[in-house]
Amino acid sequence: MGGLQKKKYERGSATNYITRNKARKKLQLSLADFRRLCILKGIYPHEPKHKKKVNKGSTAPRTFYLLKDIRFLLHEPIVRKFREYKVFVRKLRKAYGKAEWTAVERLRDNKPGYKLDHIIKERYPTFIDALRDIDDALSMCFLFSTFARTGKCHVQTITLCRRLTVEWMNYVVTSRSLRKVFISIKGIYYQAEVLGQLITWLVPYQFAHDHPTDVDYRVMATFTEMYTTLFGFINFRLYQTLNLVYPPKLNSKAESELKAEHEEDYAMDSESYMEKLSALSASLARVVATAEEEENQLDQFPADGEDLENMEAREKEQKEQEAQNRLFEGLKFFLNREVPRESLAFILRCFGAEVSWDKSLCIGGTYDVTDETITHQIVDRPDIDKQYINRYYIQPQWVFDSVNAKMRLPVEDYFLGVTLPPHLSPFKLKLMALQRGEKHVQEEEDDDDDEEEDNDEVDDEDLTEEKNLKKMKDQRSQGKTLAVKVTPGKVKPWETGSVVNKVRLEKEEKAEEKRLAIMMMKKKEKYLYDKIMFGKKRTTREKTFFGYKETSSNERNIY
Amino acid sequence: MRTVNLESQKNGTMSKAKEKSAKKRVVEEDDDQLPIFDKDVTEKKAGEEDDADLSDSEESVFSGLEDSGSDSHDEEEDAEEGDDEDDDDAVILDEILTKSSGVETATEPPATDKNTPTVNMGVLFLLQKQYSRVQNVKTAPKQKRKMKKGEGVAMDDGGEKGLINTRHGDEYEHDTSDEEDIRNTVGNIPMEWYQDYPHIGYNLDGKKIFKPIRNKDELDEFLDKMENPDYWRTVHDKTTASDIRLSDEQVDLVHRLQKGQFGDVNFNEYEPSVDFFTNEVMIHPVTNRPQDKRSFIPSLIEKEKVSKLVHAIKMGWIKPRKPKETTPQYYDLWAKEDPNAILGRHKMHVPAPKMRLPGHEESYNPPPEYLLTEEERMAWEQQDAEDRKLPFLPQKHSCLRAVPAFSRFIHERFERCLDLYLCPRQRKMRVNVNPEDLIPKLPKPKDLQPFPTTMSLVYIGHSSLVRSISASPTGQWLVSGSDDCTVRFWEVNTGRCMKTLEVGGAVKSVAWNPNPAVCLVAVCFESTVLLLNPGLGDRLVVSSTDQLITSYEPPEEDKEQAVTWALSEGPEHDNGHRLTLTHPKAVKQVVWHGKGDYLASVMPDNSSNLQVLIHQVSKRRTQNPFRKNKGLVQCVSFHPLRPYFFVATQRYVRVYNLIKQELTKKLMTNCKWISSMAIHPGGDNLICGSYDCRLAWFDLDLSTKPYKMLRHHKKALRGVAYHKHYPLFASGADDGSVIICHGMVYNDLLQNPLIVPVKVLKGHQITHDLGVLDVTFHPTQPWVFSSGADATIRLFT
Repeated sequence: MGGLQKKKYERGSATNYITRNKARKKLQLSLADFRRLCILKGIYPHEPKHKKKVNKGSTAPRTFYLLKDIRFLLHEPIVRKFREYKVFVRKLRKAYGKAEWTAVERLRDNKPGYKLDHIIKERYPTFIDALRDIDDALSMCFLFSTFARTGKCHVQTITLCRRLTVEWMNYVVTSRSLRKVFISIKGIYYQAEVLGQLITWLVPYQFAHDHPTDVDYRVMATFTEMYTTLFGFINFRLYQTLNLVYPPKLNSKAESELKAEHEEDYAMDSESYMEKLSALSASLARVVATAEEEENQLDQFPADGEDLENMEAREKEQKEQEAQNRLFEGLKFFLNREVPRESLAFILRCFGAEVSWDKSLCIGGTYDVTDETITHQIVDRPDIDKQYINRYYIQPQWVFDSVNAKMRLPVEDYFLGVTLPPHLSPFKLKLMALQRGEKHVQEEEDDDDDEEEDNDEVDDEDLTEEKNLKKMKDQRSQGKTLAVKVTPGKVKPWETGSVVNKVRLEKEEKAEEKRLAIMMMKKKEKYLYDKIMFGKKRTTREKTFFGYKETSSNERNIY
Repeated sequence: MRTVNLESQKNGTMSKAKEKSAKKRVVEEDDDQLPIFDKDVTEKKAGEEDDADLSDSEESVFSGLEDSGSDSHDEEEDAEEGDDEDDDDAVILDEILTKSSGVETATEPPATDKNTPTVNMGVLFLLQKQYSRVQNVKTAPKQKRKMKKGEGVAMDDGGEKGLINTRHGDEYEHDTSDEEDIRNTVGNIPMEWYQDYPHIGYNLDGKKIFKPIRNKDELDEFLDKMENPDYWRTVHDKTTASDIRLSDEQVDLVHRLQKGQFGDVNFNEYEPSVDFFTNEVMIHPVTNRPQDKRSFIPSLIEKEKVSKLVHAIKMGWIKPRKPKETTPQYYDLWAKEDPNAILGRHKMHVPAPKMRLPGHEESYNPPPEYLLTEEERMAWEQQDAEDRKLPFLPQKHSCLRAVPAFSRFIHERFERCLDLYLCPRQRKMRVNVNPEDLIPKLPKPKDLQPFPTTMSLVYIGHSSLVRSISASPTGQWLVSGSDDCTVRFWEVNTGRCMKTLEVGGAVKSVAWNPNPAVCLVAVCFESTVLLLNPGLGDRLVVSSTDQLITSYEPPEEDKEQAVTWALSEGPEHDNGHRLTLTHPKAVKQVVWHGKGDYLASVMPDNSSNLQVLIHQVSKRRTQNPFRKNKGLVQCVSFHPLRPYFFVATQRYVRVYNLIKQELTKKLMTNCKWISSMAIHPGGDNLICGSYDCRLAWFDLDLSTKPYKMLRHHKKALRGVAYHKHYPLFASGADDGSVIICHGMVYNDLLQNPLIVPVKVLKGHQITHDLGVLDVTFHPTQPWVFSSGADATIRLFT
């Protein structure tokens, strides 16, 4: 009897969540500032388990944040900076209105700014954490670096993005950590393995962007602001690990080589230096001059049984990796002007090739077309007038496919004007489609790979099973129609064999049994089962669909 | 006007110093400049005002930069002159316009036969434009004025209009320059307004100016064009309705303007500019004005400002500029990684999932199987952007060079940004269950045989849906009642229709007396329950049944009954009718008691307590067991062994004890609407079929809630039945299937019944959304009969 009546929504999950508007009021920020804060601090909404309880009985759609998150934001020093900035804008507007130019100047000088260093440190307490999350930062910076310098965002941001991406590419080249590349219709995907982390990024093609109107560039800019900070710190650290000078400097030898050429064409020294860096044709300066290649041999540990196998596998993998890193070593490439220079130069340099291009195309070309030692010339046009006899003229896809196949593919399929073989995604390597590429490789190199074949067999089995099932279904449906309408039957070869018939009957019986058992399932289990089966069916449908198509294309004899 | 004044000032200062010499020089210059107008100049020199004119031109030469277009007057007239300035320009415009009316023909090539008004307008416009160019030039108008004076002479030479000449003279005296050419005083109005009048305006004296008596028609025009050598330079003046022949000078002017040249031949566009202020420092100041006092006394205001600033600095309000930060933008942020310093919240952190990696379909040159066919592409385009499986169309490009920019690139990146900061993140546990494990392990149907598996006989004969069937206790005969108002008797083994009886309505229910010693069939249609003796089977039984019925003796005191009992006679008797029970309402169902003496009929009615009646055939007695209405009764049933009576209303099944006359149990079926009910021959179990596709199995000893709910059917259940001996039960539904289940009831009370579906029997066609309407088991064999909406009865063995 005693005690006060418990009020609703004053305990439990209702007190753990806060709606967005309330959070905004608590932080005394405008919606735009709140969004920025959330982006910078990495705070995202939460979906409560019992929405109605949290929403105090209402079912209106609301965004909920964890109250703890918002309390955490309350202590953020940047919030104060946001408010200061608001005041600054107000003062500046006033000064403008009164035409007090000295005041404007003074205010401008004292413009409040903020740094995101502490946020980065807080969000990514360790370097590896940061490295794991760099995918989006890379893609975003690569996108921003291709923007035209016309108003969509600050020019400083664009140049900073460009600088950071160039630094990143230089790092990848120097560390030789590129693993996979893929030309998609969206852009070019790259995957690198940096300090054991797989990092994938997408670079758009070098075209002017058709800026959409329904995109909020402020949000993107805020993200970019955060990403550039993160990216810069990561670059610094990565350069440190390789003993490179951080804002990257060209090797003094390379620099002198480059300097001899059209230096006077470039207006500013800093700009030309940036371009030279982005040309990727020269190696970078190191803090401590060391030998270029430092073989880090795996020490042999005494091991037995499974450990030994693991060790062997690891060793093998590493050897493969090294082989891939030296994929193009010793080759001399020349890029024609119609191929995407930056991406190809980047990839080729990543695998140890020497690259050059036309002088008029970009700064940094080291040799001419006429150089007799060029082994490959990458051309993307149907025909070329003057051909040198001692070099291959190949299409750019060869480079990409070779990198993904981890070996120099035969150049015949990629010659000038030849219809190219399909370009497959290296990210779905485990699936069947790329294995055809592997098979192809096997044919060429006679390098047998048991695993792949096994997989193939499994696939084949699956396929045959599926076919059998389909046949069975057909048969069954035929049987049904027979039951209703009696027609003079034809003796089919498989029906005469009573063994087959028996097998069929047995299978049918089993299927029926299963169907009846399914009827007896509990409601919850039935729901789950239906869901699982639906998913399975969908995947098989897709698979068979593509499989069907694939077999038809096989018949067409692509390989 | 400011410019004019200024200029005059300058004149004042300048000319005072070197008036004489300059004047002379200028005269010479003027002479040099205007050789063509020599005559005029000399003429003017003769006149008094000429001095003024000259001084004027002198100024323009000196100043070189000011607007001097109007300086045709003396200094004394400056103020007045300023006012006139604009007017002067206007006059010149007028002049040109009047001239231009003459030009129009000139601009046209003489060959063209017509000069329409529209063309005129065009030319006028052109001229105006050119004029506006001319206007910018300062000296030109003045010279034109001079030219005008000569022009009068030229016109005289032409001898065209005397009027001009006379007017000219006047104008010369008055110098009201803007009315010089006006002969029509109507002003600048569209001349169409005078179309309907004989005159076209008024002259200066206020007299009407009449139109020429005869207008030129096309022919005249043509003749004129052919004959008049001056036709090309003749212009029609609308305001005076007269033709004006342009003089040579005028034609010349038009040509020049057309070429974009200045109207004045002698105007030099490229005169050398003379700087008034030069960079050379002169020894004398330009003005002799002494310096202001304020220029050498320190400013008080400035002093005040400075003192304010000093004060602010002293007080510390103004601080020196902050030095720029010198720390580098990037440094080793993770130099001191301390794993212990990691906030607790990072352990809770859910990292955002990475971007999906691209598949082969995204390739610029995908394998052909990944390209969509035309139909697939159409389907893709018709789908909503959110429903699409692929967010883009796979495309094949023959070479890398041909790959265009991806138009949705920024969109996708933006969407990713939105995902990152707006999407709630959750760790979802993926259910990793083998679906096979979910399927319950049941005994194999093979081990549960016998049960009906195949359809062996179809009883065809009814023409409408068969609502009800019932088998005779011997299992030899089958009775069926249909909507075609007939009752048919079939031989089970052959499928032969033994007898067809027409009754007076659609048969709702039939029931064969379960007592093998009696051969009676209860049939209900409309509000009648008919007891038939089909006369099939053992003769002895048939005759004993008849005897039983006829041996009835009415009791002494006749009680009022709800039902009238009537004995059939005559042809009806020959057909087999024995007793007719006429109910007050429509009867839906009849059921026999296991002993075969009692019979219950159901009259569903929501509003009265007269819904169920129990009849005793031997005594022809009827009683209403219920005093209260407990809801719409769907079906009733007798307990096979004990004196219990089951009444199924819409949602509940009530069990009454008939002897104690009380409610013993109320079963909650959890169904929306019960359709049928059957009691296990053991009497402890019960199944209920419902229209919401469920079948509820009740264990009466266990609970009032269903022991098991079976959702085997896809559509509403219509009939359920237990087998008398075998542990089987069947359910028929609107999906056209009959499902046979093994329903084993153990004698051991601790063991729950085992229910296993063993067979799905299909055969009935669905007509009017109705499938199977009734099912019943063969009394001895594991066979099941089913009647359907397709007017057939089927036997599954």
